[in-house]
Amino acid sequence: MCGIVGLFAKNAELQSRLGMHLERMLVTMSDRGPDSAGLAIYGTTAAGKTKLTVQSSLPDSEFPQLQTVLEAQFPQATDVQTIETHAVVSVDTDAIDRVVEVIQKEFPRLRIMGRGEAMAIFKEVGSPSEVARRFGIEKMSGTHGIGHTRMATESAVTTRGAHPFSTGPDQCLVHNGSLSNHNNLRRRLRRQGVSFETENDTEVAAAYLSHQINSGNSLGKVLEGALEELDGFYTFVVGTRTGFGVLRDPIACKPAVLAETDDYVAFGSEYRALVNLPAIERARVWEPEPATVYFWEH
Amino acid sequence: MGCFDLQQNTLRDLNAELHRQGDLLRDGGKADTEWEVLNPRGSHAVAVGVDGPLQITVCGSVGYYCGGMNQKGEIRIEGSAGPGVGENMMSGSIRVTGDASQYAGATGRGGLLVIEGNASSRCGISSKGINIVVRGNVGHMSAFMAQSGNLVVLGDAGDALGDSIYEARLFVRGQVKSLGADCIKKEMREEHLRLLSDLLKAAEVTDVRPEEFTRYGSARELYHFDVDRADAY
Repeated sequence: MCGIVGLFAKNAELQSRLGMHLERMLVTMSDRGPDSAGLAIYGTTAAGKTKLTVQSSLPDSEFPQLQTVLEAQFPQATDVQTIETHAVVSVDTDAIDRVVEVIQKEFPRLRIMGRGEAMAIFKEVGSPSEVARRFGIEKMSGTHGIGHTRMATESAVTTRGAHPFSTGPDQCLVHNGSLSNHNNLRRRLRRQGVSFETENDTEVAAAYLSHQINSGNSLGKVLEGALEELDGFYTFVVGTRTGFGVLRDPIACKPAVLAETDDYVAFGSEYRALVNLPAIERARVWEPEPATVYFWEH
Repeated sequence: MGCFDLQQNTLRDLNAELHRQGDLLRDGGKADTEWEVLNPRGSHAVAVGVDGPLQITVCGSVGYYCGGMNQKGEIRIEGSAGPGVGENMMSGSIRVTGDASQYAGATGRGGLLVIEGNASSRCGISSKGINIVVRGNVGHMSAFMAQSGNLVVLGDAGDALGDSIYEARLFVRGQVKSLGADCIKKEMREEHLRLLSDLLKAAEVTDVRPEEFTRYGSARELYHFDVDRADAY
């Protein structure tokens, strides 16, 4: 099954409570899949800074070491904020590639979850309420965010196999469904220089979308292309730095509900996920059409 | 009138109470036949398995399978319904004042399902006698493998309407995006106009005439095995 949610806040007031709303939405979807959960939050940006989200199985020892190494090699250029098993490293954008190189070389067991000016990703094995509590999602603010609770089908229940998947700066994807041509597409993308970290089908979809965005296509164009290239069942919610998009496959077995008011656009696998949102009874609520691209940008 | 608040009581308690009222009626006892359900907030399986002439008003939108397996109950949903509303309904009626998600009335054997808004994909899939009236549009693959009963659509139908249909009758007032395998346009005869008139009346639809509809049904070429058509199966 899996449950997915998304919230795009149109005003500052709602943006200040984005984490609280997203957490409640995702927790409501817990019984669609209890294996692992994750959220991507598009929060505050700082000029010339990029956020790098990294995960460790030994955060108590690895993150202090990481901080020491980065401070030594990039004085004044990095700041490490530890949240449970994750650390959000704020880096001077000029130095980001070198920082990634150092992390990959000196901390091979650290997992880089994502990077971007605005996006931070928090995902772990466990239920949505447990994962949200551990990372303090409730207190987070942001312009938009997406979340996922997983019932694993295509690959193992691990932190890496949890959603959202991020394969490009400020880009991430959550998915309800399963893809049937992911092995072929993974091989094709590998030949084009894309690297993969899991055997998961959603990672391939994320990589495909990032690859297309990096080739200069707009999100709308990229999602239309996905309809041609991706075979299988999917309802996708895609996050980018400025907004989010929704796409369902032409058969559209996987459920999806959208709601829009003057204050927000919200996505849920079910209407249940949306019932606690402000003024939901006055929102326009509808089921997104199959094979139709929807997206909203700030 | 009985009232059940799903913020205060569990769904299981609600359905057990509705079943108990059905039992009371069958045993000739005194029962509360009118019920109001408050705060459904998208809950699944609201008023599933009702078996008795109860009038149930659900005040708000529901999730999966509302009114499933209904027998004799008259269920009114004041809001929208998630997937599978009225699935395998046997008799009675269900009215949805908003939209219905996919496979509304799936495998229904009898009764009347009225959707005042739109129904999405696979409306009336595999129906076996249910009557469905949709004021708005229906999505793709509606009436897929529908065996008997009637689907009346006041708006448009999506792709592959009536794919692999058996003997169900389809009446569409608007456009049909495409017909599925073995589903064809058919002549609207007097008996069909009468039937449609009765269905519209039962659904309390008074602003359209039966003559405005087109009938679709099975060409009957797919479900009789014919070796010369083996490629089409």
